[in-house]
Amino acid sequence: MSTPIDREHALNQLRQMLLIRRFEEKSAELYSATKIRGFLHLYVGEEAVAVGVMATLAPEDAVVATYREHGQALARGMSANSIMAEMYGKQEGCSRGRGGSMHIYDAKTRFYGGNAIVAGGIPLAVGLALSDKMQGRNRVTCCFFGDGAVAEGDFHESMNLASLWKLPVLFLCENNLYAMGTAICYAQAVPEIAAKGVGYGVPAMVVDGMDVVAVEEAARIATDHLRQGNGPYLLECRTYRFRPHSMFDTELYRTKEEVEQWKKRDPIDLLAQRLDDAGLFNDQDMAALERSVAEEVEAAVAFAEAGTWEPVEDLTRFVYSERRGA
Amino acid sequence: MSEQAAMKETTYREAVKEAIREAMIKDERVFLMGEDVGHYGGCYAVSKGLLAEFGPERIRDTPLSESAFVGAGIGAALGGMRPIVEVMTINFSLLALDQIMNNAATILHMSGGQFNVPLVIRMATGAGKQLAAQHAHSLEGLYAHIPGIRVLSPATLEDARGMLWTALQDPDPVLIFENNTLYNMEGTLPENAGPVDIDSARVRRQGSDLTIISYSASLFKCLDAAEALARDGIEAEVIDLRTLRPLDDATYLASISRTHRALIVDEGWRSGSISAEISARIMEQAFYDLDLPVERICSAEVPMPYARHMEEAALPRVDTIIATAKRMVRHG
Repeated sequence: MSTPIDREHALNQLRQMLLIRRFEEKSAELYSATKIRGFLHLYVGEEAVAVGVMATLAPEDAVVATYREHGQALARGMSANSIMAEMYGKQEGCSRGRGGSMHIYDAKTRFYGGNAIVAGGIPLAVGLALSDKMQGRNRVTCCFFGDGAVAEGDFHESMNLASLWKLPVLFLCENNLYAMGTAICYAQAVPEIAAKGVGYGVPAMVVDGMDVVAVEEAARIATDHLRQGNGPYLLECRTYRFRPHSMFDTELYRTKEEVEQWKKRDPIDLLAQRLDDAGLFNDQDMAALERSVAEEVEAAVAFAEAGTWEPVEDLTRFVYSERRGA
Repeated sequence: MSEQAAMKETTYREAVKEAIREAMIKDERVFLMGEDVGHYGGCYAVSKGLLAEFGPERIRDTPLSESAFVGAGIGAALGGMRPIVEVMTINFSLLALDQIMNNAATILHMSGGQFNVPLVIRMATGAGKQLAAQHAHSLEGLYAHIPGIRVLSPATLEDARGMLWTALQDPDPVLIFENNTLYNMEGTLPENAGPVDIDSARVRRQGSDLTIISYSASLFKCLDAAEALARDGIEAEVIDLRTLRPLDDATYLASISRTHRALIVDEGWRSGSISAEISARIMEQAFYDLDLPVERICSAEVPMPYARHMEEAALPRVDTIIATAKRMVRHG
């Protein structure tokens, strides 16, 4: 990569990826300790995608994510405290404990879930972009989904609709090669996801999802395209999850060798190495980052532990709005 | 309503269109989208002429992608618009059931109250036009099962004209079911007809001998039956539920406390239906007011057949309502 490295920016991205990594590792530990229940889907290995893409979004843009969304939420700027408390089911959590790991929402950062029906969030992104266009706001809606979602009708209907109406939707596919335990070769007649754009007139690109610099560059091209009013863009990030699909997955569908191969391209190591090669980084820097991230994760756990349970009397709140009359 | 208000001849279809026009004029956040709402003028001609008046941005033809355009309606509502999404017919809405149930109805709750979805979805429902088993069911009761949405069933011209605006003021998703046999119904409305409440049932005919509870097109079968019954000296009170979720229990319970007999007429299937729900509520809340068990007249539990005589046999009928009411009054 010939682009000169902005040390501060790179360190910031390294820290974000490290925060996601350590946050996820801690979450797995807390799951085993039964502090976190339900389903837990970890983002370990895929950090470069969320961190690279978020760098290209403005605060007024919107994000729609999947059930594997802690990484996106952290990279979007949500506090580790509110996410951890949500996973504990505490009312200090971002969704008051109503959503859990799969339903992280945050009005402040325009983070619209946490969508646990595969591809179910994609039409929402189309609508959010439609509302921006109709109200004359130059904003982008970034919609994360996995390779599994590409088999759903919602993906195809939404690509068509967004292209037909020239809506600023970034279709951001995190292709980690497996829909739960089904390899993409067993699910897609044409496994090149970016190729799906052609039929809908949506420009598309494939990028190395383990390389945060490459992801950011590609996302910049995509979001520039959107901001110029040219309609949607499909960005396929080839990535890999290092851990099982969820905490119940025995990983019968892939080999340890394959996982180890991908771990050699760990996005955190890749960026650290790049900084090191440029003489902009040393072991002390890394240690300082680790310390600062560890503190943030520990603080999040302490916050969640200290959190309180929503009174059971509140059970039926938020089924309907408490104030009627728009 | 002022007594001086001039009356005008209209139809159910025109009343719905006027409601949409009024909303589009009063609130620039409102837009209509769905299959064939624009250039075709609406499958049931409800939106005919609106494209010319409001343009393609606000009268938005969609591809045949129910899930995506209902989902886009949810997203647009989250983004500050006030969409009216038209689904051509109720059986097609099942293609968007995921969006309605898993997103529209849940986002407020899943987000801990952060994001509400001010969306209105309209669709045609019901049998009576020989459209067979993929176009003609009454699944309102299925939607009424879902917490987080409101389910409206306008039967009268006044409600067809007035429920939409109130629904658009609601911060949460509202589904409006328009029975396809009502679109041609003629009648009069005041020139200045406007919004009506979407929370309460109405007594459409007073009577002291039994309470007939119904909604949508079946309401008129009940009113016809009540007129025939009156000729035989039986006075039926007829309740129009209007809103199927949340149900207004008080109105029909108050009626039953006077009549002591309850008959429910529902174009939906019998098992697990809105009529079953109402029957259970009567049992729970008015058991000792009853002189005899609640009875129900529902659609036969078959996919809707095409042949006219078979379709008629599958639906609640006026003669059955009359016979059942007479039996209930004479034997209870």
